[in-house]
Amino acid sequence: MSAPRDSVLAIRDLRVVAPNGAVLVDGISLDLPRGEILGLIGESGAGKSTIGLAAMGYGRGGCRIAGGRIELAGTELTASSRPVREAMRGARIAYVAQSAAAAFDPAMRLDRQILETPLQHGLMSAAEARDWMVELFRALQLPDPEGFGRRYPHQVSGGQLQRAMMAMAMSGKPDVLVLDEPTTALDVTTQVEVLALLRDTIRRYGTSALYITHDLAVVAQLADRLMVLRHGREVESGTTAEVLESPREDYTRRLVAERRESLAPAAGVRHDAGETVLDLRNVDAGYGGSLVLQDVSLSVRRGETLAVVGESGSGKSTLARLVAGLLPPARGVVDFRGRPLPGSYRDRDLAGLKSIQMIYQLPDVALNPRQTVGEAIGRPLAFYRGLRGAARREEVARLLALIGLPGDFADRLPGALSGGQNQRVCIARALAAEPDLLICDEVTSALDPLIAEDILRLLRRLQDELGMTYLFITHDLSVVRRLADRTVVMQKGRIVEEGPTATLFETPRAAYTRTLLDSVPELRRDWLDGVLARRVR
Amino acid sequence: MAPRALRSVPPTAWIGMALIALNLLMFLLGPELAPFGQEETVGAPFDPPSAGHLLGLDQNGRDMLSRLLYGARMSIGVSLAAVALSFSLGVPLGILAAIRGRAVDTVLSRVVDTVMSVPVLISALVVLQALGSSLPVLIVTIGLLDSTRVFRLSRIVAQGINAMEYAEVARLRGEGLGWMIGREILPNAMPPLVAEFGLRFCFTFLFVAGLSYLGLGVQPPFADWGGMVRDNQQGILYGLYAPLFPAAAIALLTIGVNLVVDWLLAGRTTVQGENR
Repeated sequence: MSAPRDSVLAIRDLRVVAPNGAVLVDGISLDLPRGEILGLIGESGAGKSTIGLAAMGYGRGGCRIAGGRIELAGTELTASSRPVREAMRGARIAYVAQSAAAAFDPAMRLDRQILETPLQHGLMSAAEARDWMVELFRALQLPDPEGFGRRYPHQVSGGQLQRAMMAMAMSGKPDVLVLDEPTTALDVTTQVEVLALLRDTIRRYGTSALYITHDLAVVAQLADRLMVLRHGREVESGTTAEVLESPREDYTRRLVAERRESLAPAAGVRHDAGETVLDLRNVDAGYGGSLVLQDVSLSVRRGETLAVVGESGSGKSTLARLVAGLLPPARGVVDFRGRPLPGSYRDRDLAGLKSIQMIYQLPDVALNPRQTVGEAIGRPLAFYRGLRGAARREEVARLLALIGLPGDFADRLPGALSGGQNQRVCIARALAAEPDLLICDEVTSALDPLIAEDILRLLRRLQDELGMTYLFITHDLSVVRRLADRTVVMQKGRIVEEGPTATLFETPRAAYTRTLLDSVPELRRDWLDGVLARRVR
Repeated sequence: MAPRALRSVPPTAWIGMALIALNLLMFLLGPELAPFGQEETVGAPFDPPSAGHLLGLDQNGRDMLSRLLYGARMSIGVSLAAVALSFSLGVPLGILAAIRGRAVDTVLSRVVDTVMSVPVLISALVVLQALGSSLPVLIVTIGLLDSTRVFRLSRIVAQGINAMEYAEVARLRGEGLGWMIGREILPNAMPPLVAEFGLRFCFTFLFVAGLSYLGLGVQPPFADWGGMVRDNQQGILYGLYAPLFPAAAIALLTIGVNLVVDWLLAGRTTVQGENR
């Protein structure tokens, strides 16, 4: 094997095949020198996680390494026996998963789980392993490094648990870390600190890493080199600066452009705001005794987009459920088109139900898998508008054309469509009711960046053509900037700031808004250092 | 079915379907095919198989093959009717409890808990003893007792589906109970319910056989497979074939149904939203 001598991990012509024969990864070669971070970039299905796991000599769910060679710290993995490969895992190469909550055993204290690797492999004595764990806790800035390990997973926050998983991966002093979307599940403000700590820890101990993510801006902060993947093949690779500043391939250019465009300021208020459609005044709401929403007042006018942004736990999704009638308010007034809106959907008449429609985050769960696209879109047409037979079929075809899907999709089941296509169907189903207000609850969060971009364009076009009114719930500020006329920022169930999107982004008044805006990753390589410097100040 | 789809059917499923088809044929045409009557004495007790009597004679000298054919209609018919009753009761009530929740759920679930707290065999014996074992009483008793289990399964399955966002969309649209059950919940609950139907049928079949064996099931002179095992059991002591034939018939039908259910469920038990 002609790997450079300082390379810890060398992969040549890797080919991974799924149990059904589909080729997941084909012809991938890479070298990972000691101390370097290689970013693997791509959309879902690009094969980046599969490569990460293959680097450990592992195929998930019956996937098979069908060809190529993987040399890890001088050992050829594909030719090794299972015990040899198992001895390498944790000791020479370790894995950090996206969801720390799913990676930890909830019934076991953190230290027992973290110490398992070094003790199982006999890498160090119990005392050494414990000292090393505490050092890692300290390096990762976990509270009370000495006592942190005595806690159970549910006793620490999401960001802390993600850092604990990093400590677990580092516990065997591996040569290579496989980081699989380690910050994707975190809120943006938490992501910043976890990213910084990941980077510092990797640098401090000279570990090499494969950093797997779909977010170019995140990986730009950490990676020395990038490899762009699509459909299991390499699109291009190079140093981070090369790929981001002068991408050679069209696909990479589109990925970079999507990220850059997201930073372009909004065009300002494009729509002449009409009458007030939805008006909330001093609304409290919650589950059981605890209030999730406190003293929330906002209004949405016809033809505009009001974005509600906030991190998890801010109450933004509860707000969507309140307006939809799934959670009656405990206090306050909700008016819809000038008339009081009954708190529960059960008390609303058909006209009231028809006028508020909702689109969800996960389109495949929002569509009945046993109903064809035509049935899903046709039902509101029949239910609200009494359309039957040919008239209904024509209207379904018209709606499909409106959202940019071919007419023959009417006979297909959601399972035969992609995520982006299903989200379009959900939009068409909502449009079929001819609503006065469309609630969009994280509608692009589960989609790949380029697909999400298409959905946003579609929503914008529908607004221009049909004068739609959106209540847009999201955690993604770049989406807000592109779509919303006005923005409401929520924190812990309260509105902390409200204003025209452009104004709010340029001159944020509330400290929390500034932190939030600051935390959105940017493609500039010095972005992370800049944020950290500003935070310390 | 397209030729390609046919080829993807595993051999075990073919065996199962062949067994079910055979039993179905016996159920539909059994008495017409039988060479002798079910009460007709044609020879000496426990005569071994011969050219005229392919499966030999039973303990009363009746033709075993004819009695098996007659018994198919009785045994399969009783089980099928009982299972059909338990599903037509348990499934709608289970889904109703899941959708309506609160009071409806509490009342129905507590009634079911109470019934289930008594062993099925005891309940069945008490009812059959008190009312006397006639066919309608037998079917209704077994059907009612079994519906508690069907209720529990359909309730829990429906609760899962009811929490899905597509069910929420339908509720927010203002759909009534009929649409919710028939169009949103039931189609998505089919895989586990079909499996349960197959298993319930087997259990009921064995239960009827057990009751007949105890003398509380199908009453003589009507032939049924469980009763035939009981009537011929002393033959085992003498190394005779007679009790094996009805026992084998029960076993083959049970295996056939299970093979088909296994195939129906394989690869089709995807849970919506499991990739969350």
